Amino acid sequence: MDSGGGEGYAVDDYESLMSTTDVELLKTAWRNEKAAPEILKFDSNLVQRSRQLIQFMEETVDEFNKNGVDPLTVSLYQMDLDRTMFLLRSYLRTRLQKIEKYVFHIRKTAELWNRLSLKEQQFAEGCAIDLKDHLEQSVLSKLPEQYQSHLRQSAASEDDDMVPEPQLDAYVVCRSKRYLGAFQLDDGGEEPVNIEADDLYALPYKSIKPLVESGQIDLV
Amino acid sequence: MACASEPHGSAFSAAELEFLAEDEMIEIVPNLSMKALNFISGDFGPFRPQIATQVPLWLAVALKKRGKCTIRAPEWMSVDKLAQVLEAERDSEKFQPLPFHYVEISRLLFDHARDDIPDIYMVRSLIEDIKDVRFHKIGTGLEIISKERTYALRLKNLSAMEANIVRPFVTSALETFYKLSSSEMIQESNHVPNRQPQATNRGPRRQLKDR
Repeated sequence: MDSGGGEGYAVDDYESLMSTTDVELLKTAWRNEKAAPEILKFDSNLVQRSRQLIQFMEETVDEFNKNGVDPLTVSLYQMDLDRTMFLLRSYLRTRLQKIEKYVFHIRKTAELWNRLSLKEQQFAEGCAIDLKDHLEQSVLSKLPEQYQSHLRQSAASEDDDMVPEPQLDAYVVCRSKRYLGAFQLDDGGEEPVNIEADDLYALPYKSIKPLVESGQIDLV
Repeated sequence: MACASEPHGSAFSAAELEFLAEDEMIEIVPNLSMKALNFISGDFGPFRPQIATQVPLWLAVALKKRGKCTIRAPEWMSVDKLAQVLEAERDSEKFQPLPFHYVEISRLLFDHARDDIPDIYMVRSLIEDIKDVRFHKIGTGLEIISKERTYALRLKNLSAMEANIVRPFVTSALETFYKLSSSEMIQESNHVPNRQPQATNRGPRRQLKDR
């Protein structure tokens, strides 16, 4: 999926063959998570499988070391292992950053809350409590009573207007592996966009969100 | 406005793009014997002296650094091919097809496999020229966005690095147009912060390549 460019590069065939490995899937999940404005669904199966793969490889490398396999081979296996671990860590970290940023919004929106893993939910709980305490102790408790909420500008606000939310109409750069044909942005009367395979498009995240969720389109 | 645009810069750092490019396949000619490597990212090898094989770039560079192989520069990195691309790039308004990670791949090879690239100085300066021409096109392409209202942009044949560089500007420009065109449509409800943008009358879709 990374090769892009024109047809005729032999790399393309090879990569479509490889695209089913868990590392490829993890890479896609990582890129999507990094590029999407909101938090995406936690792929618990994929993360679990990646963890098992990493653990298995760690054991293999240990065994190599014990059995005196030549150092070059061991170091190459270690590099492969490091690359996979980087992907997994960066994926998890990117999610934690988003959770920190939008913690109050995620906590009150059931749909978003359910996209988190159990551990992420625990993290979000802790994060929300800490942030609230911090805001209260440092500023809010010193303000007049009607301004003491950490969610609302004042008691007169109709809804939570101090909760940062991800901007879903932000534009993202995306690419489809397959020809998707005419795609209607939004529900308006614009002429549809023809989404061709392997081409880059800058489109509003909101309108391609279902395609990202179903894996038809990757964020780049 | 409550949803004032927050700066979301480049989604990926240069190092992260390089990381992605390192998974591209490349041909090497090993000078050692080694059993097949069964990695998490796939199986590569077995390696026999003088028998060419395909490996990811990171593996090629790792072997090269230890003097265990020579790297065969990809076909598109030959002087002939690059000269063609450069000429076409200059003649046409469109972007020529190049590997998605051509910037990163050529950089990695220049850094680690200088002696394996025939005519390296030529190749290097051709790639520099191609990069310059393309970046210039991106610049003029962006001017078009500012002249006409645009709501979707096709970035045909843009590479990873190029897309990443224009991302902050392109996305915030498009978002601004999006907001402006929707607020034009809703004059009576100006004060609703998170109004639904109206979709009609948003001008034609532009393609960065067709001008």
